[in-house]
Amino acid sequence: MSDKSATVGDMVGELRSGMTIGIGGWGSRRKPMAVVRAICNSDLHDLTVVAYGGPDVGLLCATGKVCKVVCGFVTLDSIALDPHWRAARQAGRVEVMEVDEGMFFLGLQAAAWRVPFLPTRAGLGSDVLGINPDLRLVRSPYGADSPFVADPADADVELVAMPALHLDAAFVHTNRADAAGNGQVLSPDPFFDPLFLGAADRRFVTTELLVANGELADGDHPLSTVAVHRMLTDAVAEVPGGAHFTANPPDYDRDEAFQKEYASAAGDPGEWEAFAQRYVLVGEDEYRARVKEREQ
Amino acid sequence: MTVPDVTSGVSRAEYCVIACADAWRGAGEIMASPFGIIPSLGARLAKRTFAPDLVLTDGEAALVVGAPSLAAPPSDLVREAPMPYRSVFDVVWSGRRHIMMMASQIDCEGNQNISAVGPHAAPEVQLVGVRGAPGNSVNHPTSYWVPDHSVRTFVEHVDVVCGVGYARAAAAGAGATRFHDVRLVVSNLGVFDFETRDRTMRLRSYHPGVSVDEIAAATGFALSVPPDVAETRMPTPEELELLRNELDPGSRRDREVRS
Repeated sequence: MSDKSATVGDMVGELRSGMTIGIGGWGSRRKPMAVVRAICNSDLHDLTVVAYGGPDVGLLCATGKVCKVVCGFVTLDSIALDPHWRAARQAGRVEVMEVDEGMFFLGLQAAAWRVPFLPTRAGLGSDVLGINPDLRLVRSPYGADSPFVADPADADVELVAMPALHLDAAFVHTNRADAAGNGQVLSPDPFFDPLFLGAADRRFVTTELLVANGELADGDHPLSTVAVHRMLTDAVAEVPGGAHFTANPPDYDRDEAFQKEYASAAGDPGEWEAFAQRYVLVGEDEYRARVKEREQ
Repeated sequence: MTVPDVTSGVSRAEYCVIACADAWRGAGEIMASPFGIIPSLGARLAKRTFAPDLVLTDGEAALVVGAPSLAAPPSDLVREAPMPYRSVFDVVWSGRRHIMMMASQIDCEGNQNISAVGPHAAPEVQLVGVRGAPGNSVNHPTSYWVPDHSVRTFVEHVDVVCGVGYARAAAAGAGATRFHDVRLVVSNLGVFDFETRDRTMRLRSYHPGVSVDEIAAATGFALSVPPDVAETRMPTPEELELLRNELDPGSRRDREVRS
């Protein structure tokens, strides 16, 4: 069995400007932030980011890495929306493909299942269709005479054809993983992480702790917590604190004080410059040391 | 011996909680998804009294037993089943849910906006995003909570249609109308529905202490007002007792809507 151990540097080194990157997690929860910081520190540009958006989107917008975001929202959970995202949108610095969060799920699912679209009612009648003029409707081929139509309202019905959201690369962060590429989520929600990986050409997992293959499940954690199997993974990097400052229980909760500082720095260019110099435009070891200093 | 009148001194927030609770009356075994303090209290009150089969979440990724106090720490909650986000879509698209979302703007046809103020391509104010509003509104009963009723929130036409109203659903066809059911709007001033011939917004009840004229003046479109429109109902003594002493002993409701 191949050893997929790698570093965040190896992973980000595979990215190219202009790529479409999927980022797992949800809002300000279990985001692969070490990867996000590494992208902020790279010379990559014009990325399209696909995410259930949180501070990953805000940071990448604030550092000018992004030309387009595909999302249903961008939130910091305990702070209703990411002010860096708000600033980028209001200044017209970033394009958005804004869709219903269920449509988003179907887009990842379609890509992972290798079909061009999946049908849904979500989006019908809303401005999601108007603001995304490339979206199309699809008419059901099953008419009133079909034995498969249980309700006449569904005969020939028109639905939204949510297109597959293909990703050049995807990143997720887990609590534990093994070097074979299995990833374990010990918090109660795996979100859509397996689908991000399934929708991507290159699939990257960062994790709090690497353990030996076969040792993810134990008396405390049933096998069902292994949300990501190794067929979904190309490389794994151990990065303790790799989701900081987002929530990653049971390893750590959201660093609310840090998040507040991140958010309030959006209000003033000088403050943001200082924040970025101290916490964003630094290597991961230095970042960890500076976060540790705050706690003392 | 005189019996103290427990219904005296009912706050505006408490009328709002009762109005929200009544949204789930008769709902049966479905998921109640309240957004905001007052709808959360309403759903819990409904479950503890007249809608015992309601299904509530812990706000994270599980269904909870009972209807805990807002003051209960997460470690005190008893969970009955997992409900990660991926499963939430199974519930949404099966229709077994009645959500009460918030609205930055709502209009007379029941369209709701939480995406952007101004044109979407160049927003004056970026809001949180469409979230699940488009899908919710065409798949299961959807109501709205607006704690700050004004001409800025109750507008003639919303800037971005996120939650779909009646005319837009009808124009989109049977795929949109089959399960479309925008039911109620509860604000800090009153309760509204769409039970008019043309499915535009109607005043259903006004909260005690608020006049119909005040509501009309705070609304950016012509509201239907039935001649026999009544006050929002009084909470029962049992409901007030539950709300004040068990569900919200810290009075968070009165900070979301002031009397």
